[in-house]
Amino acid sequence: MTEILQDIFANDFVILGLKVGVLLILLPATLVLGWVELKLGAHMQHRVGPMYPGGFHGWAQTLADGIKFVMKEDIIPKAADKFVFSLVPFITMLGSALIFVVVPIGPKLVIEDLDVGIFYVMAASSIGVIGVLMAGWSSANKYSLMGALRAAAQLIAYELPLVLTAVAIVMQANSMSLVDIVEAQRNYLGIGLPFLVGPGLLGFFIFLTASTAELTRPPFDMPVAEAELITGPFTEYTGIRFAFSLFAAEYISMIGLAAVATTLFLGGYLPPIKALSGLPVPGPLWFMAKMSTILFLLIWVRWTYPRLREDQLQKFAWKVLIPLSLVNIFVTGALKLTAWF
Amino acid sequence: MDQLIESPSHKRTTYGTGLLKGLAITMRHLLSRSVTVHYPDERDVLPSRSRGVIALKTENCTVCMLCARECPDWCIYIEGHKESRQPAVEGKRAKKFNVLDRFAIDYALCMYCGICVEVCPYDALFWSPEYEYAEHDIVELTHEIDRLNGWMYKVLPPVPLDEGAMGPEFKVAALPAAAAISAPVVEAAPVAEAAPVAESAGVSDEEAAAVRTKVYEEEMAKGSDPRVAEGRAKAAEMRARKGTKGPG
Amino acid sequence: MVTEARLTGAGELRTEEMVLNIGPQHPATHGVLRVRVLLDGERIIEGEPIIGYMHRGHEKLLEQRDFRQITNLLSRMDWLSGINNEIPASVAVEKLMEIEVPRRAQYLRVILAEMNRIMNHLMFTGSFGLELGATTPVMYAFREREELSTAMEMVTGGRMHFGFIRPGGLKEDVPRGFVEATRKAIRQLVAAIPTYEDLLAGNEIFKQRTVGVGILPADLALDHGVSGPLLRGSGVSYDVRKADPYLVYDEFDFDVPLGATGDSFDRYWVLIQEMKESAKIIEQALDGLPSGSHLGQVPKKLSLPKGEIYSRAENPLGELGYYLISDGDAKPYRMKVRTPSFSNVSVIPHMLRGLYLPDMIAVLGSMFFVVGDIDR
Repeated sequence: MTEILQDIFANDFVILGLKVGVLLILLPATLVLGWVELKLGAHMQHRVGPMYPGGFHGWAQTLADGIKFVMKEDIIPKAADKFVFSLVPFITMLGSALIFVVVPIGPKLVIEDLDVGIFYVMAASSIGVIGVLMAGWSSANKYSLMGALRAAAQLIAYELPLVLTAVAIVMQANSMSLVDIVEAQRNYLGIGLPFLVGPGLLGFFIFLTASTAELTRPPFDMPVAEAELITGPFTEYTGIRFAFSLFAAEYISMIGLAAVATTLFLGGYLPPIKALSGLPVPGPLWFMAKMSTILFLLIWVRWTYPRLREDQLQKFAWKVLIPLSLVNIFVTGALKLTAWF
Repeated sequence: MDQLIESPSHKRTTYGTGLLKGLAITMRHLLSRSVTVHYPDERDVLPSRSRGVIALKTENCTVCMLCARECPDWCIYIEGHKESRQPAVEGKRAKKFNVLDRFAIDYALCMYCGICVEVCPYDALFWSPEYEYAEHDIVELTHEIDRLNGWMYKVLPPVPLDEGAMGPEFKVAALPAAAAISAPVVEAAPVAEAAPVAESAGVSDEEAAAVRTKVYEEEMAKGSDPRVAEGRAKAAEMRARKGTKGPG
Repeated sequence: MVTEARLTGAGELRTEEMVLNIGPQHPATHGVLRVRVLLDGERIIEGEPIIGYMHRGHEKLLEQRDFRQITNLLSRMDWLSGINNEIPASVAVEKLMEIEVPRRAQYLRVILAEMNRIMNHLMFTGSFGLELGATTPVMYAFREREELSTAMEMVTGGRMHFGFIRPGGLKEDVPRGFVEATRKAIRQLVAAIPTYEDLLAGNEIFKQRTVGVGILPADLALDHGVSGPLLRGSGVSYDVRKADPYLVYDEFDFDVPLGATGDSFDRYWVLIQEMKESAKIIEQALDGLPSGSHLGQVPKKLSLPKGEIYSRAENPLGELGYYLISDGDAKPYRMKVRTPSFSNVSVIPHMLRGLYLPDMIAVLGSMFFVVGDIDR
């Protein structure tokens, strides 16, 4: 069984197919994730969520939503900068989709193993905010403008802790390539634990917090805070543009950042501990399981907390998260010098 | 009595334990069964007083127009004409009576206050808990006589009142008892006053009340409508008081 | 758009002020309240509520209707607390006509009013969380509210607009099973309140958003005629149920919860505590519910004697008063309504000055107003 699986994954054509598949699967994946979030959120609120579309527990709800969005009227405000306005959905989605180019989903199953993989991830993940800024500026709407500026401010505050936690991991793995980072966890602490164990735990939580802020998901969803700014930068968007620039972009980035966090802290496609490597579980399945855990965490937090205020968020980032991630780097460095790893 | 609660303890700094508690609460709910009623598949049972739709019992309507006049937003349309019946005895005046031609309620205007049901002197209007009559066209919301009649099949019998209820409708039977219960401080006086009245009627109040409860329970056990049971019980009580025998 | 460009100081950024209209159609104002704010970045220089988008001419309409109809109209003013709106109107008629209301009716009125108060408070504590971005508390609050609504529907037939109070007593007596249903709903509520507290009041993010935000000083509140939970949140012990007991409130043992500083958190906190107190009142009233008639000796056709009367009550949102002038007709000659939300909203401009825009949402959410009650 295991050999057959390994043979299949060793075939170049299969690998190529899978690589293309990874990118193609992203859009349907957002639909699935959207549905999972609807159901989980509903049950956390003692409801049941969608039950009817598609038959089984409303599995087709997000698909139906998508079709509905396609059929809606596409409105571009008269005062809007039409070119910039219509470019936004592509840019917000592009940045998040680019992350998947370097994330290894299984052994050899990576579209391009860049030497500066983590650096590339950080750069690509912040493209999305340019789209948000463009949306805010081109909509000719005060709410949109405020939302876009909040998003930009948030990005600056949260990119730093994100990068700094990644630095600690790079120090542990001695490489910036994501494949190397995963492989470094194959023998971590002698028994193949993920980087989560040790100083990585602090880094993991900083990374999760910072990525929630980067995703503009509650409790850090100030740019789209509907109680104040309607839908922030996307107030004027309708139909499929709205669906792509808000929902699709959010869920793709969610999957993207969860994939990166899995790679950095949870050992990517490796089993959680070396002793389990004999199990006939293919790498991508381990990867999916770990990623789902992180996605669940994100969803869980979203349906529990109220949102912070923009200045409180900045305070939190600069006064708590950045010092903590510096401490994290220091501790990792100290441990490395004392030859713990 | 006027104790004041100040400076809530929740205002203290809690260093993140509140965040964890919140997560625990949502997780607990995620794992427990949700409380949703799956509407089209299962329905809540609505109480009989529920103001869903107004049903009309045409036979009882005398075209007195009270409901239409009392309606705060004038959503009841009534049309009728007078007819005269041939007198049974020659030479007497022909009896005139009203005939209902049209009775319609515009549910697009109705504010569901129930004043029409309340004022109807001949029990021609009833509330039904039925609520599924949404329409695609607002015109369809004006229910004409046949639809209003159809709702009669959805009217629920009224529920029995609370044990302590002794309103005007109970006056004959329960007034002395009510006095005894509602004024426990002057307990002795009202009972003493009530007793001679009861004796003169043939049976004591306790016996009469017992007859009433007995008949009511028998009727309910038979599965009669509570209103019917109430009526029969009352009649049995009156008979017991007067000492006459019932129809059997 | 740009009203004035100003220099904030040497070496600082030059900023421009921006006028932002929050409402009349906006998710934060739950209704059609419009708040016009002048912003400097995210900071509010000044903000003023603009009311009147939902004026329905209630006071004039009341002059054209008899008291059975008025009852139903009044329950539509503050649509979250129908019974509490209906009671003082009937009390006014009873005082003017010297009708004696049976004790059972009084007790039932208290029970229904307190149930309605809890329903109102659940709505506001839930939606306050919603405005701050927490979508879950409102769902839990509605779960408990549903039980109370069901009990209310059992009695009155309505879930929001009850129309159940009549001059002299109640429309009908309560059905069998009402006492048990109410007790069950109250037990469930009391068991659920700690959940609300842990989920929102104990949450550090919620505290960051509300503690010290939107402080309403007691003297300012008194100047503007603010009443109800808002005034008590500022530490002023004023509750019509204690200050001028109507119905049979003086027979029950309950506390008046007070806030310490008058910030948004205190107002929210007072609301949660009041639910507990209302539950206490209901338990006592159900225990001591006398049997008897639900309606006093009322003439078939109500015609009020000539005279004037002011009747007030503790609405869930504050003091509700009716000034009734009768010229001897079945309809009132004039009925002036003093609604709590109207006075409470008047203090908003003073509270908004200098806050951040997100704080405005916290303030509006903790001001607990119903737009129908502001505009009538």
